[in-house]
Amino acid sequence: MELFELRARELAKKIRTGEVSSVEATEAVLRRIEQLEPIINAYITVIADKALDRARSLDDKRARGEDTGPLGGVPMAIKDSIIVAGTRTTAGSHILENYIPPYNAHVIDKLLDAGAVFVGKSNTDEFTMGSTCETSYFGTARNPHNIDRVTGGSSGGSAAALAAHECIAALGSDTGGSIRQPASFCGVVGIKPTYGRVSRFGLIAYASSLDQIGPMTKSVEDSALVLSVIAGHDRRDSTSLDEPVPDYIAETDAGVKGLRVGLPREYFGEGLDPEVLKVTLEAVDILKSEGIEIVDISLPHTEYAVPTYYLLATAEASANLERYDGVRYGHRSGDAENLYEMYSKSRSEGFGIEVKRRIMLGTYCLSAGYYDAYYRKAQKVRRLIKEDFDHAFGTVDAILAPVCPTTAFPVGSKINDPLQMYLADIYTISLNLAGLPGITVPAGKARDGLPVGVQFMGRILDESTLFRIARVLERNVGYLNVEKGAV
Amino acid sequence: MRYVPTIGLEIHSQLATKTKIFCGCSTEFGSEPNTHSCPVCLGMPGVLPVLNRQAIELAMRMGLLTGGNIQRMSYFARKNYFYPDLPKGYQISMFELPLIRGGHLDLRTSTGEKTIRFNRIHLEEDAGKLIHIEGDTKSYFDVNRCGVPLIEIVTEPDFETTEEITLFLNTLKEMLIFSGVSLGNMEQGNIRVDANISIRPVGQKKLGTRTEIKNMNSFVNAAIAINAEIERQTDIVEQGGSIVQETLLFDAAHKTLAAMRSKEEAHDYRYFPEPDLVPVFVDDEWIGRVRSELPEMRDQMRRRFETVYQIPAYDAEILTTSPEIACYYEETIKAGADPKKASNWIMGEVLRVLNETQLPLGEFKIKPPMLAGLLSMVEKGTISGSMAKTVFDEMRATGKDPKAIVGEQGLTQISDKDALEKIAREVISSSPDEVAKYKAGKTQVLGFFVGQVMKATGGKANPGEVNAIIREILS
Repeated sequence: MELFELRARELAKKIRTGEVSSVEATEAVLRRIEQLEPIINAYITVIADKALDRARSLDDKRARGEDTGPLGGVPMAIKDSIIVAGTRTTAGSHILENYIPPYNAHVIDKLLDAGAVFVGKSNTDEFTMGSTCETSYFGTARNPHNIDRVTGGSSGGSAAALAAHECIAALGSDTGGSIRQPASFCGVVGIKPTYGRVSRFGLIAYASSLDQIGPMTKSVEDSALVLSVIAGHDRRDSTSLDEPVPDYIAETDAGVKGLRVGLPREYFGEGLDPEVLKVTLEAVDILKSEGIEIVDISLPHTEYAVPTYYLLATAEASANLERYDGVRYGHRSGDAENLYEMYSKSRSEGFGIEVKRRIMLGTYCLSAGYYDAYYRKAQKVRRLIKEDFDHAFGTVDAILAPVCPTTAFPVGSKINDPLQMYLADIYTISLNLAGLPGITVPAGKARDGLPVGVQFMGRILDESTLFRIARVLERNVGYLNVEKGAV
Repeated sequence: MRYVPTIGLEIHSQLATKTKIFCGCSTEFGSEPNTHSCPVCLGMPGVLPVLNRQAIELAMRMGLLTGGNIQRMSYFARKNYFYPDLPKGYQISMFELPLIRGGHLDLRTSTGEKTIRFNRIHLEEDAGKLIHIEGDTKSYFDVNRCGVPLIEIVTEPDFETTEEITLFLNTLKEMLIFSGVSLGNMEQGNIRVDANISIRPVGQKKLGTRTEIKNMNSFVNAAIAINAEIERQTDIVEQGGSIVQETLLFDAAHKTLAAMRSKEEAHDYRYFPEPDLVPVFVDDEWIGRVRSELPEMRDQMRRRFETVYQIPAYDAEILTTSPEIACYYEETIKAGADPKKASNWIMGEVLRVLNETQLPLGEFKIKPPMLAGLLSMVEKGTISGSMAKTVFDEMRATGKDPKAIVGEQGLTQISDKDALEKIAREVISSSPDEVAKYKAGKTQVLGFFVGQVMKATGGKANPGEVNAIIREILS
């Protein structure tokens, strides 16, 4: 097995025991990046020199007999919506094309403490708005399983980098499914933790009440490892939860016998591709054979999730993106005659079409006369959706659902049809509205050779149960390798 | 026809916190531009606000003092608009659910008691400051004010005269300062006043169309501007015109009002709950603690000074013009000074110096124990009253202890009877003419002898002693 194919936990162990060095692993990953990036475009910025310097210093530290942490020396990709001090952070946008932030996101500080090596900033839909990674100003990321297909969005860069072994582990962010859906399309593991489990400090905001950073990895165990590093209270984020962080790795192998998993009937209806359904039901059979009881449940307000999400997320986005005005940082138009022209031109030139569409939508639904009809009503529906989950979790320990109605779609097929694209999030969005955790784990491949993942949704702060169930499925399904010759 | 004005006020006051409302940057006034800034108050991508709980407590104090209802749950909202002084493109402010509802302030006006009701008190962050220099085509931006905590006190439209307004503003300012809620410094923008004004014919219930005046940065200007607006509205109505709802700016230099924006151009702020902050929950325990920590207000303090220190009402009034002066006074007494003598010195010398130099009390070099030391030296007769003035000036200039000054300059008063008698005899024997006058009944010549003795001792002689000795010799 090549070094770049290793999982984070294995690699960290090999580095700790001195079997390989961090520099060797980092070089292997960087060579892989050099070789594949012209095709995949998983990264917006690669920081080879910094990564090697960091790897070297970690190797030195280990040589001195010091502990380099649970991720000591492991090369990682960071979604470009997460702030890394001194490294260009663009959120996939022209408006932040040359933005070099002076501070680290909380999760970045945590990963650095744990010994991670950052090899680059991975591609994302602009301001994480999109389900295909095609709205990035820096070009479309390609699915390593089939480069004519999208990676999914918006954490498509991280998912593609993992599938193509251009990193060992990665971070993504999930506002309406942006970790889980690309993980499913690219055949890797992605978890959206409970809202508030991981600090959002340093995550470039799209929709503050929905955004959550989470690990994207090649295995469930790695997911547990990375989450245990980044989870926990941060006083710089008021919405961060002050709750103890369990030993996720230990709990991952606790087994599943006797657990009850619900299948929400609203997620198995019209629009679900038969191939995706087939793989999903195979996963259900695996769980049954492992001693899990499968229960039929209902989440009756599911049909309202997409419109509710697009009202609330865009409303928040319209405010979150107001700071990009060309005054203090980022793109400023060169030919403005006065202040308002400067705002207008800087923003017109700096934002892409999807971002503009969502700003307009959000501004509209917050404006006088429409607030009650749209924003306030959406907040009420949000509560109903939350109550659906509360009710369901009265009888089950987790919920199993498809991640997306289809496998990865062809590049260009939905980019000009936003409503079609929005519907791709139909199975992932409710969870963000409810603030609950969800994990995507590979379940198999469809006939077209594209990966299909399933998601498990859990109770608030109950990531452990999700890891347990996902681990069992993973043991049965295995890693979905990219076919030879696909890239 | 006669018209009654109806006026409501909105007062923004800077809270006396050390740090900003959503980050740890300093709120200190007068620093170099852009030295109090961080990614949070600059609104950099990815950063989040964290609420300063002290700001909530200070606002609660104001609510408790005015009998307002402190809401068990309140939350912040985003007020969205583009302006270069607003880094995030929105201001974080309380909107739908403010921290405090209701409350009132009672005034004693020349025509009787008047109650001004409060609609609400809420918190918000201040914007930055734009600097435009004449002749320069660029504008400059200072972020030091960005995120400075403010309370906005909104009254009901209960004012009818500018006398009420001036009285109200002065009372409110006194409360803000004595409660420690705000430093109340108008020059530093600690208090800013907006007014909503309408007029209606006497007897009519329905309120007229209102206009809003912004940017009144002194109470005198507020009264002038409001009177000008009442006159303007009255003229328009009397000439058969109608009032247009608009926002006016008061130009303090020219004492004129100019339209800022009309209702048609009014902003749609698109308020919605700030998702980056959790709601503010206040329980009885917290309210109880804030209540127990409420500082003494001026009236209570004045009464206490009169009864405890047995000083005249006039003194108590002056000594409570600010909490700092009152504290200075009490510290001086604690250090052993006589209450009335301390009062005399503070009212006379200390306040005179502070007025002349415009020095804040914190930078005044004579600390209360030093003043008490000086007074005790006078009391014991170590130095004379006039010497004390000299020592005081020296203390004020150098910050040295009075004992040290007296020692260094050899200012100790001569009360030694034998020594004084010797000098007095010399003075008398060298002035036979004056002695003759005295003996002839011109007793005012006594002053001449005392003066001569004082001169001979370089002012160090105890004048009382000298007086007695000379009388004795000449008798």
